[in-house]
Amino acid sequence: MIAIQTIDLTKKYKEKIAVNSLNLTIEQGELFALLGLNGAGKTTTIKMLSCLTKPTNGDAMILGNSVISNPMKVKELINVSPQETAVAPSLTVRENLEFIARIYGNDKKRSKQKVEDIISSLELSSIAEEKAKVLSGGWQRRLSIAMALISEPQILFLDEPTLGFDVIARRELWNVIKRLKSKITIILTTHYLEEAESLSDRIGVMAKGELRAIGTPNELITQTNAEKFEDAFIALAGEGEIRI
Amino acid sequence: MKTLVFASRNGKEILRDQLNLFFGIGFPVILLLLLTVIQSNVPVILFPIDKLAAGIVVFGFSFLSLFSGLLIAKDRTSSFMLRLFAAPLTSSDFIFGYTLPMLPIAILQVVVCFTVAFFLGLDVSINVVLAIIVLIPAAILFIAIGLLGGSLFNEKQVGGVCGALLTNLSAWLSGTWFDLDLVGGTFKRVAEALPFVHAVNAGRAALSGNYSSIFPDLWWVIGYAVVIMAMAILVFMRKMNSDNT
Repeated sequence: MIAIQTIDLTKKYKEKIAVNSLNLTIEQGELFALLGLNGAGKTTTIKMLSCLTKPTNGDAMILGNSVISNPMKVKELINVSPQETAVAPSLTVRENLEFIARIYGNDKKRSKQKVEDIISSLELSSIAEEKAKVLSGGWQRRLSIAMALISEPQILFLDEPTLGFDVIARRELWNVIKRLKSKITIILTTHYLEEAESLSDRIGVMAKGELRAIGTPNELITQTNAEKFEDAFIALAGEGEIRI
Repeated sequence: MKTLVFASRNGKEILRDQLNLFFGIGFPVILLLLLTVIQSNVPVILFPIDKLAAGIVVFGFSFLSLFSGLLIAKDRTSSFMLRLFAAPLTSSDFIFGYTLPMLPIAILQVVVCFTVAFFLGLDVSINVVLAIIVLIPAAILFIAIGLLGGSLFNEKQVGGVCGALLTNLSAWLSGTWFDLDLVGGTFKRVAEALPFVHAVNAGRAALSGNYSSIFPDLWWVIGYAVVIMAMAILVFMRKMNSDNT
């Protein structure tokens, strides 16, 4: 079943085309990575798919619901972990999680249960009563992802989830993401090629607002006659001709 | 329900900052005490408690603008607002969620100020309850200014506009520290074109039981509150639907 389908999805900021006629289909349960250099259009694409920015042209269907005509239904089905940590600073970890559970429509009892579950599954119990603003960057990011998961989204957008992490923290978060694989659809943007290669079912490479290639890491390597994935990415994300 | 959940989060963010509590409640009380001490040491009537109390309450309300403006600006300039905008919250959830927690804080400010004023000689009467009701539109006005400021400016700018500028305007142009007739001219005309002196006068009229004098002034306050709240809602909704929050 299709989780996301974009139809000529386009975003222009005045004269600048951030995303140009994006046509993309992502299946349910897939972990799809969007790769590209800075300004390639990855974050703008995620913003359009999560109803944070209105497309200039085209549309995107999220589990059959249009981001243009039915954004509130889309918002009930998805959640986002933004590029920067997005937590309420003066609330404790537990309160942050309960707050998000409740604004997604769960009653108090159900919210408390979900909070306990997510604290347990993401190993947050040691910091559960700490205010978010006193946590380290790594813990804040983990909380931010927990806040995205607590609404039990069918589609989760992870925008640069491990940006600024050290190796250990990155590997821990990879394990969390791997545990989620196939349970929900995940759209991941990242600058770390090994992250995309290790985690993703398929990868889309964007450059200058356009989707240059799509496929598994091995397919992309084959497609570009490269020896390794990094070479394939450079060939696709660089200035070369568009090839899909 | 979502509105109340969001309002609860906003209330916690404000009340957990002890500096907010000091400026919102402690500072007006200190001013009330200080000016009463000054009054007791000068031979002329400068700060009679029945006139001073309402003025200090309105001055204290200016901190509501600062609190709400800073909270919204902080949310807007962090990714937290992205998270909220991606959630199934409506425009009214946001507007009421940011406004509602400020009302109990405003009422607490008034109650604390009047309670201290009782100890300083303010008559205990039913008129105090009326004054609290009459001052609520002024509280809403200041909350709306904060909502507007927080929607338009970043955290630093809110500090300047809603902090330094608004607290000074509401102090000097409200007739609390001195009778506007003593300055007169353009100063008085500007002060009377703004809502602050009208809020103070309406509160004073209610406190003194001069009921017929409440409404000419209160209309000014209500008018300003409605217009600025409408502007704040429009600006916030525009920001919500724009590409840059």
